[in-house]
Amino acid sequence: MMAAIILVVSLVTLMMFFVSYCRSLTASSASHALSEEVRDVTGIASRASGHDFTRVMQLLQLCPDRPADRIGLRAVQLYYSFLGAAQSAISRMAPSFGSWSEMERASCAYFVAVVLDKRISLSREMLAQQSES
Amino acid sequence: MQPGSVELFIWYIGTALELAFVVCSIARKSFFAYFFLNLYMLLTVLADVARWLVLRKFGFSSEQYMGCYYYTDALLTVLLYVSLISLYSRVFGELRFAKHMRLAAVVLLLGTAGFSYAVVAHSESRLYTGSGFAYELSQNLYFVGIVLSYLLWGAVLKLRETRTRLVQIVLSLGLYFSAYAASYALYNVAPQYGVVRYAAGAIGCLLPLAWCITMLRYSEESRLVPAQLVAVPR
Repeated sequence: MMAAIILVVSLVTLMMFFVSYCRSLTASSASHALSEEVRDVTGIASRASGHDFTRVMQLLQLCPDRPADRIGLRAVQLYYSFLGAAQSAISRMAPSFGSWSEMERASCAYFVAVVLDKRISLSREMLAQQSES
Repeated sequence: MQPGSVELFIWYIGTALELAFVVCSIARKSFFAYFFLNLYMLLTVLADVARWLVLRKFGFSSEQYMGCYYYTDALLTVLLYVSLISLYSRVFGELRFAKHMRLAAVVLLLGTAGFSYAVVAHSESRLYTGSGFAYELSQNLYFVGIVLSYLLWGAVLKLRETRTRLVQIVLSLGLYFSAYAASYALYNVAPQYGVVRYAAGAIGCLLPLAWCITMLRYSEESRLVPAQLVAVPR
């Protein structure tokens, strides 16, 4: 009985810390202004929407990988899927949750767009270095 | 019974990640800024080596291995507790009550040790197994760790902390404590599932991995917008 209570409590805190961790990842990229060309390519003018996520992820696959982004990107992908599942399960009962999770999904999309921006500038630098040498 | 190849693989990965964190800290010139976290990781590597040597010499089911495992585990949990308190000191660094907080942390640690001793002393079955106290202290400190990391996270939000590294280190620690406690509880609730055997080891890899990412991705100067950390906008 005690073990079951500890399990439930620790799963609740685990979920809370997971959400907060992912929010800290997306918050760290919120102040980054997207370059003109990333805005053109992704169609994100000033604010992203949750629906942009899949498209930006597809664009990300076309760019060379940056190992430093990999794990953060996985965590945000997982968070996005979790939000999608929670949205379809809970938003009918609690409409305010739907708008909150949509906001969160939008911040996930913006995070991925920032990663795309960094990858593009890294590719640029690599090309420039190659052409110099 | 010997640990399987999957368990050994997870163990080696965990040790490599612990070393990687120390290397990342040194490379990013943050070793002394996060001294207790680095000390914890270094001692975890040493404990892993000691456990491996004892395992090779005496075997998995031996009393020597059990003793070595639980005593090093208790020592590491105390050090992780100290690391958590060092994070408190960083968060509350500019406030006047930092000194009182350290005193409270020592009192809480001694209280937990006293409580653990009392539990072991009243349990006849554990009294005669030498590692009973170490086991009990470890378990109780993990629970205290969850509560303290939850409170620290509350303080981070309240004080509108902007240091990205500090925020992510605190959150990783909270994730680790919660996941570890959940895995222990799951082991007690459903020991028949094979995956439960690997859970604790795999979770052990998460903390150094998350800290490595934080060290590599962000500099000490990285800042985030504190309002975006709050789940429900105020």
